[in-house]
Parts: sequence; C-alpha cells; structure tokens
Amino acid sequence: MKALGGIVKGLVFAIIGFIVGGGIGFLLMNAAPTGRGTFEPVIALGYVFALIGWLLGVGLWDAWAREWVGLPAKKLEVHGWRRYFRFSTDHKVIGVQYLATFLFLFLFAGLLAMLMRLELMAPGETIMGPNTYNTVMSLHGVIMIAVAVAAIIGGLGNFALPILIGARDVAFPRVNALSFWVLPPVVILLLLTPLFGGFDTGWTGYPPLSVTNATGTLFFLLAFITFGISSILGGLNFITTVVTLRAPGMTWGRLPIFVWGVLSAAMISLTATQVVAAGLIMIVLDRVTGTSFFNAAQGGNALLYEHVFWFYSHPAVYIVILPAFGAILEIVAHFSRKPLFAYKWVVGSFLGIVAQGFLVWAHHLYTSGMSDWLHIPFMATTEVISIPTGIVFLSALGTLWLGKLWLKPPMLFSLGFIFNFLIGGVTGIFNADVPTDIHLQDTYFITAHFHYTLMGGMIFGLMAGVYYWFPKFTGRKYNETLAKIHFWWMFVMFNVTFIPMFWLGIHGMNRRIADYSPELGGVNMFVSIAAFVLGAGFLVFAFNLVYSWVRGPAAEANPWRARTLEWQTLSPPPEENFHAPPVVSDDPYGYGIPGSIHAVIGPAAGAPRQESEVKR
Amino acid sequence: MATATRTHPVHSRLFLNRLGLWLFIASEVFLFGALLSARYYLQGFYRPAELNQLLGLAISVVLVLSSLTAYRAEIAVAHGDQRRFRRNILATIFLGVVFLAGVVVEWREGFHFFPPSTGYGTIFFTLTGAHAFHVLTGLIALTIVYFLGRRGRFTTGSYWGAEGVVKYWHFVDVAWVLIYPTLYLVR
Ligand code: HEM
Ligand SMILES: [Cu+2]
Repeated sequence: MKALGGIVKGLVFAIIGFIVGGGIGFLLMNAAPTGRGTFEPVIALGYVFALIGWLLGVGLWDAWAREWVGLPAKKLEVHGWRRYFRFSTDHKVIGVQYLATFLFLFLFAGLLAMLMRLELMAPGETIMGPNTYNTVMSLHGVIMIAVAVAAIIGGLGNFALPILIGARDVAFPRVNALSFWVLPPVVILLLLTPLFGGFDTGWTGYPPLSVTNATGTLFFLLAFITFGISSILGGLNFITTVVTLRAPGMTWGRLPIFVWGVLSAAMISLTATQVVAAGLIMIVLDRVTGTSFFNAAQGGNALLYEHVFWFYSHPAVYIVILPAFGAILEIVAHFSRKPLFAYKWVVGSFLGIVAQGFLVWAHHLYTSGMSDWLHIPFMATTEVISIPTGIVFLSALGTLWLGKLWLKPPMLFSLGFIFNFLIGGVTGIFNADVPTDIHLQDTYFITAHFHYTLMGGMIFGLMAGVYYWFPKFTGRKYNETLAKIHFWWMFVMFNVTFIPMFWLGIHGMNRRIADYSPELGGVNMFVSIAAFVLGAGFLVFAFNLVYSWVRGPAAEANPWRARTLEWQTLSPPPEENFHAPPVVSDDPYGYGIPGSIHAVIGPAAGAPRQESEVKR
Repeated sequence: MATATRTHPVHSRLFLNRLGLWLFIASEVFLFGALLSARYYLQGFYRPAELNQLLGLAISVVLVLSSLTAYRAEIAVAHGDQRRFRRNILATIFLGVVFLAGVVVEWREGFHFFPPSTGYGTIFFTLTGAHAFHVLTGLIALTIVYFLGRRGRFTTGSYWGAEGVVKYWHFVDVAWVLIYPTLYLVR
C-alpha cells in the first residue's frame, strides 16, 4: 500500500478532476451547442482537469506545488523497489521507470503485431473484421512510435547521460519526474480507445477521417498531445543539463557521442513537438467545438494538417534515430578498443541532421495533392540528408576497421544495427524520389522500409544499449549465452520477416488493410509464420532481463573495461552518482594511447564535498 | 548558503533556471508559429469588415502597458523595494484582467459576426483562445508571485520566481504583438 500511495492518490484526484472538468464541459455544451453534438466536450475538458488532478495527486503537489502557496515541499523518503512506483526525482529511478514502461509497451504492441499477422496469414477474413484490424493496426503503430521516440532518450538517456557527463542529476529533477508521470495517462487513454469505437486512422490521424469518426480517436488525440508534453519537458531538461552540468574538464569536444545523440534529439523534441501539438489541437477543436480547420465546405483544408503533422513527424524520426546512432557509436568504439573515427564530423553531422530535418517534411506529401512545384525542392533536400547520415555510417565503419572487436551482446546488436540500417537507408531513397514513391507510397514497401529503420535500427540500438548498461543499472550480470541467442534469433528472423514485405509492396499489397488479393497469399503466410517466430524470440529477452535483475550474479563496476565515467563509479551508482566530484582530463575514446585517462573521480571517498548543497 | 550552486562553479542555479525558461519560450514560439501559419495558409490575408478595430487596439495597448508595469516590478524587487514591487505586480494583474475582459467582449461580438464554424472564425477564436489561455496562466503565476512577495520570499539577491514570471509575461505580450496584426491589420 505504501508503494502505491501516490498512485492511488493520483487516481482519486484524477476522478475528482474529471467530474469537475466534465461538469464544466457539460454546462458549456448546453450553453453553446457546437461541434458534433456528442459528449466529446465533456470528455475533453474532463480529461484536462483529470490530468492536472492526477499529476497533483501523484506527487506534484507534495514535491513542488506546495512551495507555490508558501508551504515547504515534502521530501519523499522511499527506498528499495518501492521508489519505482513513486514520484522520484532521482534520474536513475526515472530512467528505470521509463525503460520498464516502454519495454512493457513494446512487448504489448508486439502482441498486437502478432494479431495482425494472424489476420494477414491468408486472404479473406481470418480472425477479425476490417474495423477491428484498423484499430489493432493503429494501436500497434502509435504505441511503437511512442516506444521509438522515448525508450532510448527517456530510459537510457535519463539513466546514463548525467553520469556520462559527470553530473549528480539532471538540471530540473522535478520536471524530469513530471515528464515521466504524464505517461500513465497516455497509456490509459490508448487502452480505452477500443471501448469507444476504436480508432482507425493509423498513428498519423489524418483528417477528415479523424474529425468525423468514433470517439476513440479523441482519446488517441489527447494521448498524443499529452505524450508531447513529456517530450518537450524532457528535451528542455536534457539541453539544460548538458549545457550547464558537465564536470570540470568535460569540454564539448570530450562529450561522449551518446550525449551528443541525445542532445541533438532533445533540440528537436523541444521545438518540433509544439507544431504537431498545434495540429492535433486543431483536430480536437474541429471535433469538440465545431471549428472548421479541416472542413472544406467552410474554407478549411485537410492538407494543412499533413504539413503541420510532418513538420514534426519527419524530425521525429531523428528524435528516434539520433540517440540510437549515439548509443551504437559509443558501443562500437568501446568494443573495438579504438578511438571513435571522425568524432568531430559525426558531431557536425548530428547537428546538420537536426537542422536539415526541418526542411524535408513534404516528402511525405508527394501523393497528397500539394502543388507539383514543391516536389523537386523537397526531393533535393531529402537526398542531401544522406550526406550527414552517410558520415555517421562511415564513422562506425572506420571505427570497426582494424579494431580488436569484442563480440559481446551489445556489440552484436550494434553490428546488427549497422546492417539493418543500411537496408533501411538504401530503400529510403526510393521513397524520397518522386517517380518511384508515387508507385510505392501506401504499400508494404513503405511498411518494410520503416520497420527496417525503426525496428532494425532503433530497436536494435535500444537492445544494444540495454545489454551494455544493464550491469550498471541493476548491479547484476545477465546471462550472456541467452543474450547471444536472443541476438541471433532476432537478427535472422527480423530479416526473414521483413525482406519479403518489400516484394509484397512492389507487387501491389496495400498498407493498412486487412485483406489483399489472393495471389499474395503464399508470401503472406510465410511472413506471418516468420513473424511469430520473431515474436517468440522476445520471450528469451524478457526472461533473461527479469531473471537476471532478481537473481543474477553481482556485476563488477566496469565489466567492459570502458573508459567513460559511468563505468568508473559503482554498479549501481550510489546516490548522486559519484563519491566525489569527477574531473575530466582527456578524450573518452583514447584507447591505446599511453598514459591517457578520461577522468578521475575526485579526492578519495569520504573527503568533504567541495560544492555546497542547493535549495531546490 | 542554500542558494549556492549544487553544480560546478561555472554555472549558478540562476543560470540554469534562466536557460530553462528561455528554452521553454523557444518551444512556445513554435506553437504560436504553427497557429499563425495556419491563418495565412487557410485564410490568406482575408479579414472581415466587422472586426472591432477600436477594441482590438485598446486591449493591445493595455497588454503592452502591463509589460511596462511588470518590468517596473522586476526592477523594484531587484532594488529591494518591496512595496513598489507588489504595487506593480498588482497593476500588472489588473491590466491583465482588463485585457481578458476585452477578449470576452471581443468573443461575444465574434460569435455574432463570424462564429467559430466559419473560416475566419476558426482562426480568430483559436488564436485569441490560445493566447488568452497563456494570459490566464500568467495571471495565476503573477498572483502566486504577489502572495509569495507578501511573505517576503523575494530579496535583492534572490528573486528568480518573480523574474521568471515577469519574463514569461513579456513573452505572452510579444506573442500578442504578432497575433494582433495577423488578425486585425493584414489585408
Ligand atoms: C515483431 C515485430 C513486428 C511486426 C511483425 C510488425 C508488423 C506490422 C504490421 C503487420 C503492420 C501493419 C501494416 C499495415 O496494415 O499497414 C505494422 C505497422 C506499423 N508498425 Fe510494426 N511490426 C513489428 C514491430 C514494430 C516495431 C518495433 C515498430 C517501431 C518501433 C513498429 C512500428 C510500426 C508502425 C509505426 C506501423 C504503422 C502503423 C500505421 O500505419 O499507422 N512495428 N507493423
Ligand atoms: Cu520523412
């Protein structure tokens, strides 16, 4: 009970909030009948108040808001496993909270994928009708997108980044807790969609469908907006942390590359997310208050949404992939025992990708009916992005070249990433080129392409990171044999499952549809069976993780003999990460350079702290 | 003392807070940027003749004035003049409330001439609504600052709470300076 106290209080406050907000919505609805005459104003306004209630109840009030009315904030004293269920401001706890939440969601959305593949095993209706399929497909998509956007940056980033730069915590620990605790409402909203008519727009939520369909879509819209709040606050926190809290000597040129990856992604999530929020709010307004952003009869235009949506969602693929790039480059350097090849070029490329990412969005709109003259400029800007991406790739290869490769699980997953992302990247060119994309758009070619980047790329990067930092996070070792089995299983079956989808797309199988023409049945049967085998492989992963966390043997402080700061402290790191302030004196990747040490951790343990405590 | 930095000597807590606020404002710029672009994308330079130009101008002046009083409040607290600080915060709150009252009148007329379901109404109500929401949050924050000020929470050397809210208020003001011509003046 003590563990769940905050959560229970949050739920109670949320219900009270919903009643208050919903009541106001009800009154407004009757005072000025607009919109579609449904109960959606009650739901929308009720949710806003419920969200505030939830946050206050779960810990915002105790830990923070009390100060706004002149009371002292309460300090939370919970230890052991219970702290993972409380409003903790420790970045290590928050990192684990993120990681556990998103690994769980990943497995859940994976199960939904299994359902889809069951339906697609044979032509005609197999286990569910088209409407159910659409909802399952949309839920799978949006949950996986959330995993892709937040698992590395929120999980690995939160845990590892402050330690990597030698800080004791992030810049705004309470904001950090907030950005995690807005996520449970997101999950609840998404799980509620099937009860309210489902949502069938796919994760992109294009109007006019998303304005006119069942109430489930409103839940999806509110969930997406709430998720956006988390991304924005998270981005703000990471940027401030890296700018201000680097240890003495940790110059910009000595930042581990993973930190650069997270920092670049944070710049995007800080800014671009507001734009998609604006688009989603427009749909909510059209549904709830009867405005006509997307109602052509009143001068609205659905194309506006596509522009606004992709102005975020293309940069969002870099929110997904830049931290993954960072993680695998980090691992490749440590496990090749070599300095990272072309470090400065990689940093420049990351920043270049951030900037250029904002200039390419309309490559998603080639078939939307936007003006033809926009095709060529957006094709050109898109193709130019392959230059910085190529540099990142070359850096990975250059680091591997003549390295002394140590094929531990993190390294295997990083090599898998490099292979898969190559296929994802090369097939992307066909989507960027107008002549080919006109044919491929909305087919399984697209589905295959983005699974190669998201799953073959980001998820492999996530796995690499999890296997890399697991001993640090938990203080325990995992079973390496099982981890290697997991890798080979996932790597082989991933490719077996998704390669044929390119073929299916070229042969005309449409995306987002529960049925297809009968002659594609054979290949689909093959893909489905492969997908089930692939899915089963994650049981190995889940078992290994859970079992090792509970029962695994104790891990040393530095099992990989790596140079970066997180490995120089205990596993798991003590409160505030280091027993004394670290001082950085050299490059993080200077393997093989005689006498080079990346950092030393201040005067011996127990020496008095140099820095004074801060009032937060 | 408690206000010293927990970070490395180079950066004070104040620097962190300021950076955080500026980043937040940078983020909000994108929100208003998207909403403003929607106006031009959907409606071009069209504006209905029924707009109450006098009211629009009046509330704009009121809001700009409130930035002035907010600025004076910040200067006052920096110099330790608590009474002037509180007086100017109160004046800012007052002007903010007048502004919101003006928006209410604006909305009543708007509902009549270009309701939210029309093309221009969609834009008008969304932009003014989004902005009024920010004004409202600013007013709540100013009220908190006022009461914390009465409890003597802000001193010459330590007044981040007041400074942060005043900066946010300036931002809300600047946003209006862009929204006002977009709704009332372009053609
Ligand atoms: C076991 C592995 C997986 C399988 C078998 C699988 C299968 C599928 C299938 C069958 C679809 C629907 C295609 C359609 O009807 O258009 C789909 C859509 C999608 N998947 Fe996966 N998927 C897997 C893993 C992932 C992962 C790891 C991610 C991202 C991290 C992901 C992201 C998406 C997205 C974004 C969509 C698009 C939904 C939409 O069109 O709105 N999937 N997947
Ligand atoms: Cu794109």
